[in-house]
Amino acid sequence: MELYDLTVHELIEKLEKKEISVLDITKSYISRIDNKEKDINAFVTITDKEALEKANELIDGKASSKCYGIPIGIKDNICTNGTKTTCSSKMLENFVSPYDATVVEKINNENMICLGKMNMDEFAMGASTEYSAFKKTKNPWDIERVPGGSSGGSAAAVAANMVPWALGSDTGGSIRQPASFCGVVGLKPTYGLVSRYGLVAFASSLDQIGPITKDVEDSALLLNVLTGHDEKDSTSVNVEKKNYLEHLKDGVEGLKIGVPKEFFGEGINEEISKSVKDAIDKYKELGATVEECSLDIADQALATYYIIACAEASSNLGRFDGIRYGYRTNNFTNLNELFRNSRSEAFGDEVKRRIILGTYVLSSGYYDAYYKKAQKVRTIIKNKFNELFSKYDVLITPTAPTVAYKIGEKCNNPLEMYLADLCTVSLNIAGLPGISIPCGVNSNNMPIGMQIIGKQFDEETLLKTAYAYEQKTKFRETYKPEL
Amino acid sequence: MINENYDIVIGLEVHSELSTKTKIFCSCPTEFGGEPNTHCCPVCMAMPGALPVLNEKVVEYAIKAGLATNCKIAETCKNDRKNYFYPDLPKSYQISQFDIPLCEDGYVEIDVNGNKKKIGLVRIHIEEDAGKLNHDPYGRGSLVDLNRAGVPLIEIVSKPDMSSVEEADIYLKKLKSILQYIEVSDCKMQEGSLRADVNVSVKKKGSTELGTRTEMKNMNSFKSISRAIEYEANRQIDVIENGGTVIQETLRWDDVSGKTFSMRDKENAQDYRYFPEPDLGLIKNSKEKIEEIRKLLPEMPEKRRERYVSEFNLPEYDANVLTMEKALSDMFEGATKICNNPKTVSNLMMSEVIGILNNKEMESSEIPFTAEQLGNLVILIDKGTISTSIAKKVLLEMFDNPAEPQKIIEEKGWIQISDEGAIKEVVLKILEANPASIADYKAGKDRALGFLVGQAMKETRGKANPQMLNKMFLEELNK
Repeated sequence: MELYDLTVHELIEKLEKKEISVLDITKSYISRIDNKEKDINAFVTITDKEALEKANELIDGKASSKCYGIPIGIKDNICTNGTKTTCSSKMLENFVSPYDATVVEKINNENMICLGKMNMDEFAMGASTEYSAFKKTKNPWDIERVPGGSSGGSAAAVAANMVPWALGSDTGGSIRQPASFCGVVGLKPTYGLVSRYGLVAFASSLDQIGPITKDVEDSALLLNVLTGHDEKDSTSVNVEKKNYLEHLKDGVEGLKIGVPKEFFGEGINEEISKSVKDAIDKYKELGATVEECSLDIADQALATYYIIACAEASSNLGRFDGIRYGYRTNNFTNLNELFRNSRSEAFGDEVKRRIILGTYVLSSGYYDAYYKKAQKVRTIIKNKFNELFSKYDVLITPTAPTVAYKIGEKCNNPLEMYLADLCTVSLNIAGLPGISIPCGVNSNNMPIGMQIIGKQFDEETLLKTAYAYEQKTKFRETYKPEL
Repeated sequence: MINENYDIVIGLEVHSELSTKTKIFCSCPTEFGGEPNTHCCPVCMAMPGALPVLNEKVVEYAIKAGLATNCKIAETCKNDRKNYFYPDLPKSYQISQFDIPLCEDGYVEIDVNGNKKKIGLVRIHIEEDAGKLNHDPYGRGSLVDLNRAGVPLIEIVSKPDMSSVEEADIYLKKLKSILQYIEVSDCKMQEGSLRADVNVSVKKKGSTELGTRTEMKNMNSFKSISRAIEYEANRQIDVIENGGTVIQETLRWDDVSGKTFSMRDKENAQDYRYFPEPDLGLIKNSKEKIEEIRKLLPEMPEKRRERYVSEFNLPEYDANVLTMEKALSDMFEGATKICNNPKTVSNLMMSEVIGILNNKEMESSEIPFTAEQLGNLVILIDKGTISTSIAKKVLLEMFDNPAEPQKIIEEKGWIQISDEGAIKEVVLKILEANPASIADYKAGKDRALGFLVGQAMKETRGKANPQMLNKMFLEELNK
């Protein structure tokens, strides 16, 4: 057993017992990165030198915080002062942010150690990390398969033990879906629980930063670091800061679980349906009540999602105009050519596709039919969730309709790629928290993810529910990627 | 002059920079000037990942403007994004307000040759200013300065209720006066903190159907606005008289040639793709909050004008001029408090101070001396220490080298001669030199006295006490 095999709470236990030092941990991960990164391609930037320096600085210090000296990987759309933040785009290939994102400040205040910036789909648009302008990240369970996306680098690195945990961002499933593809735990918090300041915006009303971890306890631990009201983000909600470890192990006795039947039918792989249903049966054994219910929104949710997300993206990505930072074309004779050619040359196809879609749905004459209507449907979807949550504490669905697929299999068929978000997008639309935890593997030994959906700001119940299942089934001890 | 067979219809969209200390969505200073790109941060430079946070003061200032112009204040409204690409707009969208403005449906009352007229306001909304482009004069490129990016603006949209150049001019001046009174904007036109988009159309006299309008953007002087409206109205009338039709378009006013030019710009067909700003929450204004802000409103110009007439016995016209601008009015009241002589303060301000401001092309807010100093100057006149003509010289000096008037007259040796012996000496000297005037006076020509007093003033370089001179000449001549 190597240090990099351990979860963070296990590492902290060893640190507290003085069995190991923070330097040992960082060294263990760096050696693992040295060995495996060439197979996995999880990083855009590796900050091993800086990490070692910091670990050396911290080694003699007094542990001033719970996660003192614990390494982390940060998705490359979260701004880090002094290290490149590329969003895996040619547009920001050499961009260094002049400031730290709020979550990065929190990580630094905790004296955690950044191991590097994780690969992703360009500007977080995609579900396989194949749309990175720099490299294709491989799934540690089968390097011919995608790790999911857009936080594919983060999820693959956690699964491959190259980082003990990582930050992802989730706009329509970008934390949960890669976590499910890579057999790790991914949590998308309630919209507004974690500050978005310094997260390069894709869709402002949907984006949320969250942890990708090896197990549920680590998820609670990292969430404790990330939350807290931020005056720099007007959408950050001023709620009392909770300790998510406090009720983690309370169990699910008496918990009311709703199982929306529409998420187990058409479009969902049968092996996945079965695996998730088996997992739900385990909850009965654990003392929860389980009831089938109806949440007939899947079609509307996907359409609504792509309208709102693309509309916001078309505006958010306007700032990449070649004027102040980022890529600028050499090929221009006037202002419009400067704008047009810089953007044409530096954005990838998927990003362009979404900018064009978003521009279209906001255009005069189309606004009412698309954007305005999508906002109305958004309200309807929220209400449907509210109705269900008046009856149930949590809802359980599959995280993704398929397991990880082969690299190249879908990247020429954007519509099919969009279907990967079928089970996840409605949570972003409603602003609800969701967690994906592994609940088995399929016949190809690829991990299957189960999504637990919670009430707004009720991450406590969400984590408690996930933890109970994890403890009963011990996925991590049963299945491991052969790497 | 404008063809009498036509009516002109004018509407104005006025942009006014608010004088909050910090920008609308970050804590950078709003101060004018500064080295390029020094009043900036990740938010107003639109660095990736940076987010706006609405400055509450901006809402308060805009509500003040709304209340002072009789608007309804929205209890709930929002910000919207206006999307377009331009190098001075770092986010590629301006955060503004689209369908639900902060203030709606108000009016400004103006006085046109003694007739009161209400100019309707469609709306007042808040938005952010863009940066500034500094173009290389040799065409080698342009540099972007983002110091102004994110400075708060209100846009005040009038109804097309003005029907002459004069009305538009009075409305603009009135609006400026209101904004200065409520202290939400310094309205310095040279610095661009008050600028207007001018919409003009013409129609056959008496017709109820509006003509096609044209728009002249970003005008920042009262004089140009008046000239531009007159030119544009005449141009449109010519087009119609010659059987043509006016095209709805954006025009550029050229102050040098005194003409408007079509911009023939694709921007005319801009689709701004407005949508609600997802990074900001709703703006909520409770009734209580609105009433709190209403309490902050100061005494407005109309009230002051009435008070100047009733309390200080000033002529209506003088009261009107003095209250037009808050800085002038504050100076008048401050000086009057010191010297308790409103009449003389008013006379000095009406005849001298305003004239000097015009000559120097200064704003009343830029007067370099204090109300107290002006009051002390009037005290010096009242005590007979200086004459009114010396006072005018002191005033000029106070503009150039502001100091206590007492100090100025001492340094310049302008203290009035009120010593009887000294005055008598001058009187005798002048009489001796002008026997013909004495004869004239004795022959009944009163003008001769004026001439003699004038000569004596000349002799003393204006310092002799004029009342004493008069008295003493009369004594001598009537001996």
